[in-house]
Amino acid sequence: MPLFLTDDEFRTLSAACDRLIPEDETPGATSAGVPDYIDGLLGAFLVDPPRIWAGGPTSGRHGGEAAFARFHRLTTLDELAWRTRIEGSRGLPEREFNGPVEGLQERYRSGLAALGPDFCDLAPEDQDERLRSNRRFTALVYEHCCEGMYGAPEYGANRDGVGWQSIEYPGDVQPRGWSDAEVAGP
Amino acid sequence: MTVDAVIVGSGPGGATAADVLTRAGWDVVIVEKGRNHLLDPDDLSKPAADYSNDEIKFIDRYFLGPDPLIEPRTFRRDEEEGDHAYVGEVNSIPTTVGGGGTHADGKVPRFREEDFTLLTTHGAIDGAEVADWPLTYDDLEPFYAEAERSIGVAGTAGANPFAAWRSGPYPMPSGAPMYGALRSSAAAEALGLHPYAAPTAANSVPYNGRPACNNCGFCAFFGCPIHAKGDPVALLMRAMASGRAELLSETFVSRLVTDGRRATGVEVIGPDGAARTIDARHVVIAAGAVETPRLLLLSGVDHPLVGRNFMVHFQTFVIGIFPERLHGHKGRAVTHVHDDAVIVDDAARAAAAEAGLPWIRGGLVEHGGPSLPIMEAKIYPWGTKHKSLMRSSPMRDRMWAFTMQGEDLPQLTNRVDLDPTVRDVRGFPVARVTYKPHRHEIVASAHHAPRLVRVLEDMGATWTMTSTSPLVEGEDRRGALSAIPMSRHVMGTTRMGEDPRTSVVDPQGRIHSLDNVVVADSSVFVTSAGYGPTLTLVALAARAAAALAGRTTPG
Repeated sequence: MPLFLTDDEFRTLSAACDRLIPEDETPGATSAGVPDYIDGLLGAFLVDPPRIWAGGPTSGRHGGEAAFARFHRLTTLDELAWRTRIEGSRGLPEREFNGPVEGLQERYRSGLAALGPDFCDLAPEDQDERLRSNRRFTALVYEHCCEGMYGAPEYGANRDGVGWQSIEYPGDVQPRGWSDAEVAGP
Repeated sequence: MTVDAVIVGSGPGGATAADVLTRAGWDVVIVEKGRNHLLDPDDLSKPAADYSNDEIKFIDRYFLGPDPLIEPRTFRRDEEEGDHAYVGEVNSIPTTVGGGGTHADGKVPRFREEDFTLLTTHGAIDGAEVADWPLTYDDLEPFYAEAERSIGVAGTAGANPFAAWRSGPYPMPSGAPMYGALRSSAAAEALGLHPYAAPTAANSVPYNGRPACNNCGFCAFFGCPIHAKGDPVALLMRAMASGRAELLSETFVSRLVTDGRRATGVEVIGPDGAARTIDARHVVIAAGAVETPRLLLLSGVDHPLVGRNFMVHFQTFVIGIFPERLHGHKGRAVTHVHDDAVIVDDAARAAAAEAGLPWIRGGLVEHGGPSLPIMEAKIYPWGTKHKSLMRSSPMRDRMWAFTMQGEDLPQLTNRVDLDPTVRDVRGFPVARVTYKPHRHEIVASAHHAPRLVRVLEDMGATWTMTSTSPLVEGEDRRGALSAIPMSRHVMGTTRMGEDPRTSVVDPQGRIHSLDNVVVADSSVFVTSAGYGPTLTLVALAARAAAALAGRTTPG
């Protein structure tokens, strides 16, 4: 069940993500959970505390507590900034002191609609063509795909570290760190 | 209640002032606009546990601030571009308890003797405000030594043949060298350069109750999860432990309250949005070289040089791609540097003469490799290519790079002032940066880059590229984004000097027109040198605070 998007929107998003970071010998965006990362950002304020900043100092993957899972509480100003970014300014004076801001929710709603209700049923090369003709939206989704795929799993994607494993990257390493020999050696 | 001093900003400058003044027995209030993620909220003399190896949090989501939606800045190259060409993130240094110290990767070189006497040693340059500082390296040396002890610096005395004299060894030996840096250092040495272990404010051994760095690799742009980086957490913890310091975070200083030649305090807006006044016998401003002049301008301090001579470092990036993996994610971001490009040698003189300049100076060259996969991924195209590029990693794991922090000459037209229309979330005009490099920077970059390309080729690079920030203007003007310097080394907007007509503050950092207001950050720099500003600004802040407390030597 997606948090913010409708089931249809989520299916379109998943199909788009799988063209941007496709499955080949290593997992693609959707099997890594990238659509959940994006839906989690759009719906960040539907959970408490909002899923903006994972906690510190350790994830538990290399020792220490699983503290990434405890998301930070936001201050009034943090919340104002992130609600404006996600929900848009919606004509609210406290969000429009430098003019209106289009929110991510609206950009995704209209961007996914522009990909078309038939997007999931298109042949891959036709999907790519649609993505190329919606260049600005595709660039936004791709940025978020990269974040989800190679960011900490606590944000909803890179499930079990599959994104990191596919590129031989260790991810967060505290409190283990690296020995002097690992740093200096080839 | 009137406190002895109110300190505006909790970064390296403000933290130093708080430490020195509380040790002298003063009661101080530190006012910080940003949130506290540095110190334990239950005991501010201990570190917090909020920092982490989390690229999304620190790089993509403004955890250390400022968030450009609530605190934007504006930028333009020159007045021809109108009120501004860009609104958003401009030279952002963290807005958080600890300021710029929290995200720095901790390279803390000292300046050299001639950096303080540039006009006398090398002479004037047309279109630039080249000047001597009103103090010498010898005046500052005891404060450099104190700064290195306070924040904890690891280094190897004598390793850099061009280094200024020093009165003692580094407090700690150098930490573990990175594999890529060992390779690039060997290749650089073979070409006659002089790389050495970078003086670094990250513990190589346990120091003053903080642990040794464990090489996690999340250094530049990240807060240190184990607080092995001493700047400025060590200074703030000591100030808070004194019992004489109060820290007000999420509190914005909107104005100095003045009465003739004296300030009586500052007006602040707290986390609840309510305005109030803090009365103080002295005011120390350490908000950084962009926000400090903004505060002076918001307060009506009308010296014509406030905000002028804004400097950054003109960065030259020389990158190489290698057949083998160099794992730039293991280790403290940059472990080796060289100073050769700072030196005005015969070749630099010849290049300068050919360009019609009296001299050119480059800057410190850092040897480092990129380490962050999200940043890497966003460079690549989408689709099947994304997958194969991420696996072979030419732009991260198989890349090694030099960054030259080129000296940026002071120019009157490069400045910080108040934007005429854009406001911050509290309704105050934001800082506007107007900046264009001098020809000196471009000539120096072009002179030094080819040698760095040769080093990477000798090290085994199969492909190299040179770039700069800001991008050098081509025949067509590129977009505003490429014209904004990526350097976070901001300096020079309240220049220091003896003469009130040609400087904003005196040699102790005191504002000429306000007897009890001191600037304690890199705003006071006369020239930018080719070195990161942190250690020098900490030394200057220590000297200014000592002078406030009636001393001429470190405490």
